[in-house]
Amino acid sequence: MAAIEAPLNLRGNKRLRRRQLVNRLAELIATLAALAAIAVLVAVIWAVAKRGASELSWSFLTEDLPIFGLPGGGIAPLLVGSAIIVGIATAIALPIGVLTALFLSEFSPRRVAPAIQLALDLMNGLPSVIIGIFVFGLLVDGHTQSGYAGGFALSIVMMPLIARSTQEVLRLVPSAQREGALALGASRWRTVLGIVLPSAFGGILTGTVLAIARAAGETAPLLFTTSIFANQISTDPRHALPNIPVQIFIWSESPDPEDHARAWASALVLMLFVLVTSLIARALYVRSRRKMTR
Amino acid sequence: MTPEEERVKETVTMPQMRPVDVAQRRESQPLTRETVFDVQNVAANYGTNTAVKNVNLEIYRNVVTALIGPSGCGKSTFIRCLNRMNDEVASFHLDGKIIFQGTDLYGDGVDPVEVRRRIGMVFQKPNPFPKTIYDNVAWAPRILGMKKHLDERIEKALRGAALWDEVKDRLKKSALSLSGGQQQRLCIARAIAIEPEVLLLDEPASALDPIATQSIEELMHELKNDYTIVIVTHNMQQAARVADRTAFFSIEVGEKGRSGVLVEYDDTSKLFTNPADKRTEDYVTGRFG
Repeated sequence: MAAIEAPLNLRGNKRLRRRQLVNRLAELIATLAALAAIAVLVAVIWAVAKRGASELSWSFLTEDLPIFGLPGGGIAPLLVGSAIIVGIATAIALPIGVLTALFLSEFSPRRVAPAIQLALDLMNGLPSVIIGIFVFGLLVDGHTQSGYAGGFALSIVMMPLIARSTQEVLRLVPSAQREGALALGASRWRTVLGIVLPSAFGGILTGTVLAIARAAGETAPLLFTTSIFANQISTDPRHALPNIPVQIFIWSESPDPEDHARAWASALVLMLFVLVTSLIARALYVRSRRKMTR
Repeated sequence: MTPEEERVKETVTMPQMRPVDVAQRRESQPLTRETVFDVQNVAANYGTNTAVKNVNLEIYRNVVTALIGPSGCGKSTFIRCLNRMNDEVASFHLDGKIIFQGTDLYGDGVDPVEVRRRIGMVFQKPNPFPKTIYDNVAWAPRILGMKKHLDERIEKALRGAALWDEVKDRLKKSALSLSGGQQQRLCIARAIAIEPEVLLLDEPASALDPIATQSIEELMHELKNDYTIVIVTHNMQQAARVADRTAFFSIEVGEKGRSGVLVEYDDTSKLFTNPADKRTEDYVTGRFG
């Protein structure tokens, strides 16, 4: 009973020390991987900013495209054109995306939902060059390039993104709220319109902003649909509209070093737009989540 | 005000609980009873699984009917049959008949949406919409086209749910700022704002503290003057305090697994003091469940 035992050894034996070592190593590698991700982002931002910043000026943002071989000029037509194309894309993708998500989370029979889900995921993974060719064959071949065609192509990029994020936020709306509305004699659609959608509004906005950020930089779909354009501001989407990604591509192919500088500066503008909109989307998401889970 | 202060205020302004004596209440019941629900041999199934079966009972107008029993006995499933809330579950189907004021509730051409408008429901966990207090109550009247005298309607509903005095100065504040007990009374106000004929309460106080529970129970004595009330509760004392009639459900293990059954349905006083079934006796005396 009262035998004196050897003092407890809590320092661990050799095997434990080896396990600790493996543990540390794994932690280290994971940390390095995470750091590498950040490093890549910083490197991209740094590279673009360094080369693009010198060219950036107010006149660069507000002037028409330069005439070939001449110095000066700006990217105003690109900004306007890109805004219109993305605007068209959003106008198409937002309602379809939100309604698709609503169908999936509120109305669809249990057996149908996974199939549509899969279709959305596949669509999300569709190479954008294929979307470009598809829309080219559908709307451009035999007709002309147009802002509409470009917008339509980008809407195919945006739709699954919006549907996905909407679906996610619809899932956050407590089912007790739906039950509460249904128990008051509201139809399903009334419940969705009056109770579910208002709660999900912030999340839908977030998804849309993210999709816009993504679509604004897509090049391949626009190369096929709206790449032969004038060098002035044009706002008629029945014709090809100047836009940032395609022009960056054109300039980067040019032999003129001046054009390379313009490409970098445009790239910087595009990148800043994407970064800022993504951050806005993030802030919106955090806000709406807080509002819903209060 | 912090939630703490709120709760204290609620305590102070709460009316004294009426002494509820089961035996005494018996006399006050009307002699002629009008049947609101006539439940005939109902079984509720999810797929091949029977949640509750052999339910035969009549629920009377302006009477509080309690459904009690151990968890898993199907009392919540059954109450959801009464306003066709179970229709939201794809695999659900009902055997037997529920006659609601002469009409088969599950008959051809009966629209569950219309059923739910006439038979209100309050859930276990308060589920106010993330809107203002006013809009919570006003939402259903608005979509159902009862927009005339909306302000009066909302005041009446909030008074009916004994909430008016506490919220009249902050109708435009978020409903989520209310305490749990207030939220549940808001849900009751929301339900009675569209003047249903029946009020179904699915364990309305189980997520509330004792004081809030007391005020909900108090409220039910008021509400039964205007509504027929069916309440599910796992709390026997609560059933004894609020209900005129009580149905006891139990679990039966058969070949096809466990399912709930209605064991006994009687005046609350009879069921608690002189139950006809051994299982009821075991349950109400605390020997089981």
